[in-house]
Amino acid sequence: MIEVRDLKKKFGAQPILDGVTFRIETGESAVIIGRSGGGKSVLLKHLIGLLKPDSGEVLVDNQSIVSMNERELLPVRRKFGMLFQGAALFDSLTVAENVAFALRHNHRMAEGEIRRRVATALEMVDLPGTENKKPSELSGGMRKRVGLARAIIYEPQFMLYDEPTTGLDPVVSDSIDQLILRVRDRLKVTTVVVTHDMRSARRVGHRIFMLHGKKIHAAGTPEEIFHSADPVVRNFIEGVSNPKEITF
Amino acid sequence: MNFLANKWVAPWLEGLGRIALLAREALGSLVLLRVPWRSVVYQVYYIGVKSQSVVLITGAFTGMVLGAQTYFQFHKVKMDTATLAVVSVSMCSELGPVLTALMVAGRVGASIAAELGTMRVTEQIDALRTLATHPVDYLVVPRLVAAHLALPLLTAEAICIGIGASYWVGVHLLGIDPTYSWYNAIRYTDAFDVLIGMTKAFIYGGIVALIGCYKGMTCSEGAEGVGRATTESVVYSSITILIANFFLTLSLGSIVHLL
Ligand SMILES: Nc1ncnc2c1ncn2[C@@H]1O[C@H](COP(=O)(O)OP(=O)(O)O)[C@@H](O)[C@H]1O
Ligand SMILES: [Mg+2]
Repeated sequence: MIEVRDLKKKFGAQPILDGVTFRIETGESAVIIGRSGGGKSVLLKHLIGLLKPDSGEVLVDNQSIVSMNERELLPVRRKFGMLFQGAALFDSLTVAENVAFALRHNHRMAEGEIRRRVATALEMVDLPGTENKKPSELSGGMRKRVGLARAIIYEPQFMLYDEPTTGLDPVVSDSIDQLILRVRDRLKVTTVVVTHDMRSARRVGHRIFMLHGKKIHAAGTPEEIFHSADPVVRNFIEGVSNPKEITF
Repeated sequence: MNFLANKWVAPWLEGLGRIALLAREALGSLVLLRVPWRSVVYQVYYIGVKSQSVVLITGAFTGMVLGAQTYFQFHKVKMDTATLAVVSVSMCSELGPVLTALMVAGRVGASIAAELGTMRVTEQIDALRTLATHPVDYLVVPRLVAAHLALPLLTAEAICIGIGASYWVGVHLLGIDPTYSWYNAIRYTDAFDVLIGMTKAFIYGGIVALIGCYKGMTCSEGAEGVGRATTESVVYSSITILIANFFLTLSLGSIVHLL
């Protein structure tokens, strides 16, 4: 269970989030949609304590994480896996070392067992045999899939995905969506996906939250959101821009 | 005056405070957890290899210049054979540690800041945190311990090379008597001079690593941020080393005097 209560965050004088409130139940998958630069990544980073709010609460399994220091957060973060927008692979390590990172550092596991699990995880994201490559040798989509393998290998209870399908071709996007669903259903993972890929939002979300105007503007099941009459939601779903914004 | 205080003094004090907090966090991590020896050994190797050329050249040419200049002055008062003693004492307690530390700040401090800065702007440090690893444990502690170990070794190397080079210049180019040179050098170089030099080198290692790590981990967005962090780490560690050297000379000197 993840709960956010009246979360506010400013960078300098610029408010990014101003009173965000929502709750995601255990085993549920929530999709957060919203315009680029609207603060979706910032919101996601608050859920795992990478950023501290100016005010408000973030509760993980009824435990408040906003006042925890970095060391107190470590056991909380063990429950989380996160896929970053830019994958954020460690570029000094090979693919296998990246994927094995959490197992090596937090789980004291035999080397053979680690190697077996890494191979399985890479198989799952459709990248078998890339163990000894460096992240710089991979394409953007491959990097994202390695990032995904790195996050799911230790079977976390919560998965946070930051734009998992942005910039990927439709076939790879589809395989990532299926992977998200598979991880969610097989491991009963509570899932939060940030995206503006509406097709993907519809497929992976039990519920959709729309972040707009620094707040949760609309929330509901995919059906409710896709049939919403709210003009902001409609514009976003249909991808309509306000023509007045375009000036030459 | 007030403007000056707000613009310069306040950020400077804040930076100093944050570095102190980083040092405390690193110390806490060292006490709480095992030292990650594997990464420490790798970092010692990395720091050592990166610094070989600069340390050798700096040590050799400083020793040679110091030897030649001392000879030119001492020759006037017929004290030729004291030349090597002067070189040896000043290399051991002042020039060896300070010059080595400045060179290492330029090579290793800069590369630490650039590496951690790049990791920060590409969100690799955030990724590390999501994988339940404390960045101080994984990134700062190995570099700090390695720098503490490597700098005394590099300093000892620079001192030996410096004295050797100065001996070579004195005996083979300037014609000083080798036996008396050695005799005086050994007679006037105290074990405490060496000890002071090593203590200083140990401390400067910490300064270089801590400032490099701090600048890297707090660097601002983009390539420009990484560039600025790199430059600042070199400038600040160099200045800190030079200022610290004065106070260390005073305090270590008076401690030795008491003993
Ligand atoms: N560390 C930061 N410092 C300052 N501003 C930031 C920082 N992170 C994000 N921002 C700003 O917050 C806003 C929202 O960013 P983000 O959450 O990345 O948007 P998106 O919804 O596209 O993921 C942007 O205007 C960005 O410039
Ligand atoms: Mg984003």
